[in-house]
Amino acid sequence: MQTSLASEADLLTALRQGNEDAFQTLFDKYHTSLVRLATVYANDRAAAEEVAQDTWIGVLKGLNGFQGRSSLKTWIFTILINRAKTRGQRDSRSLPFSALVSAETESDEPTVSPDRFAQPHDPLETGGHWLQSPRNWEELPEAHVLSQETGQHLKAAIAALPPVQRQVITLRDIDGFSAEEVCNILEISETNQRVLLHRARAKVRQALEHYFEESLS
Amino acid sequence: MTTPLTCQELVELITDYFEGALSPADRARFEDHLSACTACRSYLSQMRQTIKLTGQLTPESIPLPEQTELLSIFRDWKNNTLN
Repeated sequence: MQTSLASEADLLTALRQGNEDAFQTLFDKYHTSLVRLATVYANDRAAAEEVAQDTWIGVLKGLNGFQGRSSLKTWIFTILINRAKTRGQRDSRSLPFSALVSAETESDEPTVSPDRFAQPHDPLETGGHWLQSPRNWEELPEAHVLSQETGQHLKAAIAALPPVQRQVITLRDIDGFSAEEVCNILEISETNQRVLLHRARAKVRQALEHYFEESLS
Repeated sequence: MTTPLTCQELVELITDYFEGALSPADRARFEDHLSACTACRSYLSQMRQTIKLTGQLTPESIPLPEQTELLSIFRDWKNNTLN
């Protein structure tokens, strides 16, 4: 889902001229992602929706002043984050974002259960190899892998992730943002971005594996 | 001479590998292990498939009331700013 720079420039020009189709194109492209991102900071969907709408108001107000130092996309999402944080601070129930990032990147937990690997029983054994090979999903019936039901399980696995991991995998693997864009938008380090993505993907893979095993046994 | 990777170590490096964040030395160790280990190749393939399937999830469409609200925001802005 990459926007070429040329089409972003055209979109911007049309927007500044009050072209409603251009605005529709823009919100069709980004609105659901904005709401999804806002839910990390907001308490419920209604609040997230308000933050997203506030963001569009901010975008329109800031249109003439936008100098294109970042992409239009990054700019819009940065406005969202700022709005969401401000609102989150007012609703003191929300945990600060930095605390969430810490909690989700801290411990050195393995992403694959250690009991799937051989543990050395004496100093001469190296251990660490798979006790049983992961299954080759290419051997599964394609219709099943690509089915709606698989999609539902995938969505459920993502929804079950802790909030920042959920956002990182959504922004990267669903919305197509680059690692750099995600780091800029969420204001997290490259290392943390990778740790969060790593943990999120591993959990989703595991959920899929579990689902395939159960549904095909 | 660096020690070869175990499977258990490899699975924790997989995201760094995809992101191009491994040092050349670590990348060599990673690929060396992979070339000799069908189990890890299966795991890598599962991970690639997971990423691909995730990428195919279609975003939900914007509910009509929200679309209407967004358009009225735009029209307000247009009336107040451009006219």
